[in-house]
Amino acid sequence: MRPRRRSGRLSAAALALALLAAPALAVNPGEQLPDPAQEARAREISAELRCMVCQNQSIDDSDAPLAKDLRLLVRERIRAGDDDKQVLAFLTERYGEFVLLRPRLRGETLLLWGFAPAILVLGLAGYAIWAFRARRRTAAAQGLTEEERVRVEALLAREAGPGAKG
Amino acid sequence: MIAEAGHYALVLALAVALLQAALPLWGARARDAALMGLGSPLAVAQFVLVAISFAALTHAYVTSDFSVLNVVENSHSAKPLIYKISGVWGNHEGSLLLWVLILVLFGALVALFGRNLPLRLKADVLAVQAMISVAFLLFVLVTSNPFRRVWPAPLEGQDLNPLLQDPGLAIHPPLLYIGYVGFSMAFSFAVAALLEGRVDAAWARWVRPWTLTAWLFLTLGIAMGSYWAYYELGWGGFWFWDPVENASLMPWLSGTALLHSAVVMEKREALKVWTILLALLTFALSLLGTFLVRSGVLTSVHAFAVDPARGVAILLILSVFVGGSLTLYAFRAPVLKQGGLFAPVSREGALVMNNIFLTAACAAVFIGTLYPLALEAFTGEKISVGPPFFNMTFGPIMLPVLMVMPFAPLLAWKRGDALRAAQGLTFAFGVAILGTALVAGFLRGGPTLAPLGVGVALFAMVGAFAEIQERTKLFRAPLAESLRRARGLPSSAWGAALAHAGVGVTLLGIVAATAWSSESIVALKPGETAKLAGMELTFDGVSQRKGPNYRSTIAALTVREDGKVIATLEPGRRLYLARNMDLSESSIATFGFSQLYASMAEERDDGQTGLRLHYKPLVVLIWLGSVIMSLGGLLSLADRRLRVGAPRKAARPAPALQPAE
Repeated sequence: MRPRRRSGRLSAAALALALLAAPALAVNPGEQLPDPAQEARAREISAELRCMVCQNQSIDDSDAPLAKDLRLLVRERIRAGDDDKQVLAFLTERYGEFVLLRPRLRGETLLLWGFAPAILVLGLAGYAIWAFRARRRTAAAQGLTEEERVRVEALLAREAGPGAKG
Repeated sequence: MIAEAGHYALVLALAVALLQAALPLWGARARDAALMGLGSPLAVAQFVLVAISFAALTHAYVTSDFSVLNVVENSHSAKPLIYKISGVWGNHEGSLLLWVLILVLFGALVALFGRNLPLRLKADVLAVQAMISVAFLLFVLVTSNPFRRVWPAPLEGQDLNPLLQDPGLAIHPPLLYIGYVGFSMAFSFAVAALLEGRVDAAWARWVRPWTLTAWLFLTLGIAMGSYWAYYELGWGGFWFWDPVENASLMPWLSGTALLHSAVVMEKREALKVWTILLALLTFALSLLGTFLVRSGVLTSVHAFAVDPARGVAILLILSVFVGGSLTLYAFRAPVLKQGGLFAPVSREGALVMNNIFLTAACAAVFIGTLYPLALEAFTGEKISVGPPFFNMTFGPIMLPVLMVMPFAPLLAWKRGDALRAAQGLTFAFGVAILGTALVAGFLRGGPTLAPLGVGVALFAMVGAFAEIQERTKLFRAPLAESLRRARGLPSSAWGAALAHAGVGVTLLGIVAATAWSSESIVALKPGETAKLAGMELTFDGVSQRKGPNYRSTIAALTVREDGKVIATLEPGRRLYLARNMDLSESSIATFGFSQLYASMAEERDDGQTGLRLHYKPLVVLIWLGSVIMSLGGLLSLADRRLRVGAPRKAARPAPALQPAE
């Protein structure tokens, strides 16, 4: 049994079920750590690790024997007192970077992590520059009398008004 | 004989496509109306020929003609008729033929319904469209001929992959392809505009219905695929950040950006250069998706290198069209005249923001999908890019889009008033805060940020209708007047509101189903009961059944709440005999918008049966929201302004409804 209860209302029922502990499939009750805090950490770490023989599945989701071995290994390291980082480092050392579903930031993954933020920053910066220039241009064009300005606005509003381009 | 006719029709279609790619284009340059006019009949002829070819392949499937290799490899005489038909596109060759069919269908639609298009633009568009179909027809004929015969013909076929024997498959690929391929129209229009060196509001108005059509089908296709994976794969997930899913999400994101920038172009003649680029990129991403899915590069970079014929061919098509169009863009874009100015806080400004963030979100999906492939191809190093990466990059980029979304329609063109827009959203703010507080108060223990997610979703849902409320003066004018105004609103305004609300609905579903789902994986003996989400699920035992081409084992479950039976579930496993493949069949009971999801795992020696039980609150909203988005697109498409052939003068009933102040 594998309670994945996240709402308070039902956690009592889930706990009761956990105590009945029937044999299970993905995370076996036997695999689970007695300390709920440690078990929760194990679940979180498991979601970060790839089941390397599956297609695009974490070891937390997979029924494959390899995934089970890795789940046990994660719990073993946690019980041995490793913190989350140490557990991940241990597994990476053993199985390579491929095991991490969230690649670490390093030289080879700089482009991976930086690409989308760079596009965002470039887009925003480009737009800011454009807006700044447009504002200066508009300011330069303000050499009109108040009356002229009102007339221009009115004309523009009419043109920009709905359907003008129809 | 019929298969040969299909093959021959495909060759003829290629010949017609070659003519269509050359003659109208030449005519447009030489200003020869007769040559330009050839585009339309050729486009229709091409469609008829490809349709004949497709019908021939369908005939081979329906009659189980096992002298055709493609049918042998993907069909079985005992397969139900619907899967015989859908099996046509359940394989590489057939799905490419469907791709081409939809491509030429769009060409024929432009030929038939694009009567109000200027002759030159239409000629250019049809020529570009034909260039694409030349490339893909060649590809089908040379590397992926679905009509190849096999001798001696086997007595029985190898059946379709059981995973694909599902009503979902009958609908999902056609929807997705109409979306993918539909963006070719935006591409063709953009290239035509670059060739002409002229692009204006009218161009944006002509290209919008096609983009909108593609977008709404792609939206439905993605949602359908997500639901299919949800009930078929048996672990209750609805989005896996799988490269194949990402391949369809990328054109959706850039297509969504394109729809919005085309609005600015239509109304204000601004963002021309950017809109053209987006149109090119959106179709480039569609082609990239086709490459990713069809080349085999995803299964393994090495598999791709060992049998490169197909992959390299698609890569070549991709490079020619992307490289060619971007080169043309580089030369011609500076010629395009820039349009109207606007202040940063304005409708245009908000739509620019929408575009920047959607593009960045698309970039996150793009790099996450392609980077591992590229890294392995160049350095041999293997890395995994999975859900944690996408959740960390895609999520934070999309959140601002959702929060700004309700503001945009309330801002005036050119220069908007942020404060007034915010006042228009007071009610939506209130609902969002109330919702967040209620959720945070009653559902303690969930992830800390989940109630905020609910708040953003509610804000998007309610805020989407703020523009309607403002324009109909609802609650500020007599109800009768509001109703009159509501009837007078262009359907595109209703469409936009509905689509935006749909986004909120989908988000609410995602947040709820992710944050408050519960799961129990148990092994039960008949008569035993499991508890989940306040329900009692009693396992009644296992039975055997026989289907047309499979045998199934079914575990019956009775679901009770407070002692009353509220549902029965029958998850099972199917053994498909032809391929000796075992497949889990999940069973779902829907309560309102929430679902109880059961799938059967293995039967155990000790008489226990393994069961996976999930309770997914509000999960239906994920797909319902997508359907609402598509309905919004459909409503918008029905707008007089965009209706093909509608007189342009009637395009604007709106001025009379503007407040006189």
